[in-house]
Amino acid sequence: MKKRYLVFENGEVIEGEAFGADVARAGELVFNTGMTGYQESITDQSYNGEILMFTYPLIGNYGINFDDDESVAPTTAGVVAHEVARTASNWRNQMSLDTFLKQHDIPGIKGIDTRSLTKKIRMQGSTKAAIVDEIESAPELINSLALSATKLVELSSTHKAYPNPNTGKRIVVVDFGLKHSILRELAERNCNVTVLPADSTAQEVLNCQPDGVLLSNGPGDPKNVPAALEMIRTIEQLVPIFGICLGHQLFALANGCDTFKMKFGHRGFNHPVKEIITNRIDFTSQNHGYAVDAKSVAQTELFITHEEINDQTVEGLRHKQYPAFSVQFHPDAAPGPHDASHLFDDFLEMIDSQQRQKELEQHV
Amino acid sequence: MSKREDLKKILVIGSGPIIISQAAEFDYSGSQACLALKEEGYEVVLINSNPATIMTDKEIADRVYIEPLTLEFVSRVIRIEQPDAILPTVGGQTGLNLAKQLDEHGVLEKYDVELLGTSLKSIMQAEDREQFKQLMLDLAEPVPQSKTVTTLDEATEFVQTIGFPAIIRPAYTLGGTGGGIAKDEAEFEEITSNGLSLSPITQVLIEQSIAGFKEIEFEVMRDHADNTMVVCSMENFDPVGIHTGDSIVYAPVQTLSDREYQMLRDVSLKLISALKIEGGCNVQLALDPNSFEYYIIEVNPRVSRSSALASKATGYPIAKLAAKIAVGLTLDEIKNPVTQTTFAMFEPMLDYVVAKIPRWPFDKFNQADRNLGTQMKATGEVMAIGRNIEEATQKAVRSLEIETQSLTLPEMATKTDEELADLLVHARDDRLFAIYEAIKRHWSLPEIHELTKIDLFFLDKLLRIFEIETALKAQPNASELLKLAKQNGFSDEMIADFWQMTTDEIRNVRKGQNLLPTYKMVDTCAGEFEAHTPYFYSTYETETERHADSDKTVLVLGSGPIRIGQGIEFDYATVHCAQTLKEAGYQAVIMNNNPETVSTDFSISDKLYFEPLTLEDVLNVVDVEKPLGVIVQFGGQTAINLAAPLEEHGVKILGTTVADVDRAEDRDEFNQIIKQLAIPQPVGKTAFTNDEAQANANEIGYPVLVRPSYVLGGRAMQIVHSDEQLQTYMTTAVEVSPHHPVLIDSYLSGKECEVDAICDGETVLIPGIMEHIEGAGIHSGDSMAVYPAQTFSQTVIDQIEAATIKLALELKCRGLMNVQFVVHDETVYVIEVNPRASRTVPFLSKVTDIPMTQLATKVIMGEKLADIGYQTGIAAYTGQVHVKAPVFSFSKLNNVDSLLSPEMKSTGEVMGSDATFAKALAKAFLGSGFDIPSEGQVLLTIDDQQKARATTIARRLIELGFRISATDGTADYLEKDGIKVANRVGKFGSDGDHELGKVLASQKISMVVNTVDDGNSHHEDGAKMRALAISHEILLLTSLDTLNALTGMLEEQSYTLAAL
Repeated sequence: MKKRYLVFENGEVIEGEAFGADVARAGELVFNTGMTGYQESITDQSYNGEILMFTYPLIGNYGINFDDDESVAPTTAGVVAHEVARTASNWRNQMSLDTFLKQHDIPGIKGIDTRSLTKKIRMQGSTKAAIVDEIESAPELINSLALSATKLVELSSTHKAYPNPNTGKRIVVVDFGLKHSILRELAERNCNVTVLPADSTAQEVLNCQPDGVLLSNGPGDPKNVPAALEMIRTIEQLVPIFGICLGHQLFALANGCDTFKMKFGHRGFNHPVKEIITNRIDFTSQNHGYAVDAKSVAQTELFITHEEINDQTVEGLRHKQYPAFSVQFHPDAAPGPHDASHLFDDFLEMIDSQQRQKELEQHV
Repeated sequence: MSKREDLKKILVIGSGPIIISQAAEFDYSGSQACLALKEEGYEVVLINSNPATIMTDKEIADRVYIEPLTLEFVSRVIRIEQPDAILPTVGGQTGLNLAKQLDEHGVLEKYDVELLGTSLKSIMQAEDREQFKQLMLDLAEPVPQSKTVTTLDEATEFVQTIGFPAIIRPAYTLGGTGGGIAKDEAEFEEITSNGLSLSPITQVLIEQSIAGFKEIEFEVMRDHADNTMVVCSMENFDPVGIHTGDSIVYAPVQTLSDREYQMLRDVSLKLISALKIEGGCNVQLALDPNSFEYYIIEVNPRVSRSSALASKATGYPIAKLAAKIAVGLTLDEIKNPVTQTTFAMFEPMLDYVVAKIPRWPFDKFNQADRNLGTQMKATGEVMAIGRNIEEATQKAVRSLEIETQSLTLPEMATKTDEELADLLVHARDDRLFAIYEAIKRHWSLPEIHELTKIDLFFLDKLLRIFEIETALKAQPNASELLKLAKQNGFSDEMIADFWQMTTDEIRNVRKGQNLLPTYKMVDTCAGEFEAHTPYFYSTYETETERHADSDKTVLVLGSGPIRIGQGIEFDYATVHCAQTLKEAGYQAVIMNNNPETVSTDFSISDKLYFEPLTLEDVLNVVDVEKPLGVIVQFGGQTAINLAAPLEEHGVKILGTTVADVDRAEDRDEFNQIIKQLAIPQPVGKTAFTNDEAQANANEIGYPVLVRPSYVLGGRAMQIVHSDEQLQTYMTTAVEVSPHHPVLIDSYLSGKECEVDAICDGETVLIPGIMEHIEGAGIHSGDSMAVYPAQTFSQTVIDQIEAATIKLALELKCRGLMNVQFVVHDETVYVIEVNPRASRTVPFLSKVTDIPMTQLATKVIMGEKLADIGYQTGIAAYTGQVHVKAPVFSFSKLNNVDSLLSPEMKSTGEVMGSDATFAKALAKAFLGSGFDIPSEGQVLLTIDDQQKARATTIARRLIELGFRISATDGTADYLEKDGIKVANRVGKFGSDGDHELGKVLASQKISMVVNTVDDGNSHHEDGAKMRALAISHEILLLTSLDTLNALTGMLEEQSYTLAAL
């Protein structure tokens, strides 16, 4: 068993065993509390630049299959686990987690007291760390993180537009680090999707003649994606918008709200979110380290539609005039509960009613 | 707050006596629910017939009725109390069945009582097979193909369409009683006929078998605002086909990808919403291991054994919240009692693995059919928590307290390959050990999977354990392996065995390496939020979350899994001990491993360690908590057995000292004491060899009572009448050795009784005498008993009092003590003394209003009884008469002889209380589940020695209007004495077999009385008759003493009818 180290920015070292790719890498150490769904999480590009630690002490138990990836080229910086199953058992299993991480050049470290680390992050806030085989190489890797922080979305997004054709509504998805499950949900609803790069301009979006625009999830600080704000401000006046996760934060920033870095974020899928108007509570899949500042919403054209019931994090926003709304969580689930998948229907209904409205206006 | 303000008074229905499939978990859920309702300000009225529970303590409800759980008594309580509502969902199947009956008989409507938690419609939809099928059809959810039938012909016709194997499930029976899987036509006919007769509505469901599918369970909750959530998911190690109560279960699910998990989660939530349950619900699903295909197996619209397990596995108290939801509160306004910082609307996330293993009674019932199927057979279960499956599994195995601490069961090594393969295919209680043996024989995992259908993932975990075991054996003293072994749940004792060292040596090596267990908190949220749950488990990691923080800590050892002879009574005592310690300002720490019970509710003690109860595990906790001492006298034999080794390791045992316990349990020392105190005692000897046993028996004179030393629950105890019988006993029932002598006592016929006493060294308080209704020769746990004693003269009572006081003082008892006596010719003989809490403590505490455990705990901690206001002697009493009746679970266990004997067989008890003995006795019979017959035929089969006495009773029965049936021998005797035998029944054998079965099935027989010569307890005819009576649910008595008492009661109740 090969030794491997988890080195923190303060120099602290934890010894573990190597798995996955033989490569040293740094990132912000975050934890996810889901008890299933490691494949979806590891391939979720919102973890770009982050070292993902699972609090459930066993991963790899059902292997990796060809259907549940959330990106083609996962960008998670590294994986920390207590135990990685040596035997995966599931009818869809195609390869071991270890092989998969090797294929995608992602290092892993196991044999870690993940509960102890989780508590530390909870108390001290998230921290930067590196997974290395040579302890000395860690500081440089950690220091270089700052340089790439601003490029996370650029590194995660597609650079070329591509279609996902179907017969229904024309939806433009702006890819800030898109999870495939968003495309799955849209495909299930027959949407005729065009995925555009993160740096697309308003005009480029409008050129697609969209019925609606979906702002996708993605990694990092929303303030690192200033170009998108201008695009959103233009689009929202013309086309119905649905923002998810980073897309939600960008929608908030574009409308004058502020965002902040949370102490250790929300990563898992047992976060209860209340829809304020109906009191309906859904368990939601979440993955974010930044959040919209609730106080900042009051001065804007947005209002809060959803909140997390335990810490009152802003979980949903809606524009007072325009047909545009956003949620901090993942209604596309994967991994996690499907409780909020109705939001995709809400989005499409919003488009319908918007079109009826337009027709009515034209008629008058 | 959305709490219902229109409700003031709520009636909670308990689950009654402990039987297989309805056990201590309902004491836990019931008491939680009552307390939760009180906390919300409601007036709570409780009815439950089981005195041995925390739930029936006066503090749990505003008014507690210990009355039979029958329509009549519940209706009367409703008439008297006029409650606004009933909560029937925390009393198991009993609670739901009573709710249905109350509705059918118009009681709910008449008294305008509302059902909380779940509507009758939902109960029916979940429980009635046809309605359930219809609901699933409406929801487009798949259920296995099935058909409800009421005749064997109908069943046979349907089974042609689905083929074999087919599952048979009788309607409205507990824990699937009478159900099974039939592999061919013959089996099908047998199980179906039996099922039809057991079903109160003569209805069974014939179902397509999905054996081999993964069995997955979800514990879900819902409130009236339709907020729904999953508390816990669980995966059975054993695939579909074995009752989940008899399956090894892991939480959370282990082999499902998120897609499969979410699919089943969606289904479960959809079901609870469709059923509109306000509270908790259990959904059982079968998932094809090779596709997304799944089936709904069943839905329990109430809290259940699984919800108790889920509560302990996650820390999330389901029953408590279910009760709050039932009165209108919503999940998002109730605080999560674990974190106290988040809300109850929160799906717990685990950062550990939980293993549950059932505890079966086959060590006691060695004749029983050990095959597992859809009929639950386990009496209890253990749970263990670890950071991996290997650790959780091995901790659970050593919590079982069976003959092995590890996965190696010695007898497995003697099996041939064929036998082993058979054990893998046909699951019995020991399949886990058979699998391990197969792994040892290097059978491939796919091969084992083929035979068991158990997922390769789980099998690989067992293989991993074996690999570590092999490595340990190959490299003795390899200290670098030690950590790996400990992280994977190997006990010091196992490692010592591999390395041929002593356990203490391993312990020292381990400590030398600073390889100590770390204690982690169970917090529902995987560490994401700050939590203050005082709930811990051990593992070998880097950080511990528990340190000694009080110099007034007292460790209380629980009693482990529920088994025959060591039941819920000991949990009752453990709980009261901990609570008394808390009140007295000590930090009470409980250690236990039973997920069903109240003692493992983390709110009971200051700290809860969910751990195996072995020396190593206890010493580890002692090292961390540094307690003043350990209290062992409330945890049954489990805890008592740990006393001496703990003391040897320098741990202080609080209460009666180990030396004094030994003096009571060591025959010779005890005999010396008795002699010295001049207390009469049946002549007794100790034999260390077979020959010695024979010699002793002849010297004492037959009949003699023989038993192994150091036992609880009368295991392997027998009355023998001859050398020949003794020889059989010595060679089959026990293994005599210098370390395990056999005790041989003169058997005195007469009334038995027992007392419990509390002693502080000066004062000996005797709360009361319990007189046994059955004579000597029947285990005290299986005897009916009455308080206060009904037939003892003052001389006898004085002797009992004097002997008890002398014994308590001489044995330097500190705390509780139980003494058993036999009264023979007005002389009181001591049979045995147990210096610890006994099974009768809750019963006596309740009827005498003397809080025995609390007093004992105070005494143990140094208080004096005189200062609390008690004095030496039998406490004065002027209340009602109380009868304790045992309750058995024979209908769940094939091939267990129901004949009462010195071996304990009952699983639970009920109490009947009233102004007179007759009325109390009647209630006790009713409470134990029998209608008291007032007419019809009594079938008598009596052994020769007792025929004369039977004749007298038979005459009285005829007087009462019964008719007598008898087998040939008995009939001859009765007729000779001028008693009219209405019906002669042929014995078994030639063609009698069939005849007797028919007679019993004809329903003309209202009671069967079958006694046997003590030496012939396995006489086949009698055994068959008893089994038939049980399967036809006919009242069966195997002691004339019971019959005599019953007859007396009927005479009291009936008018005399005589012509002028």
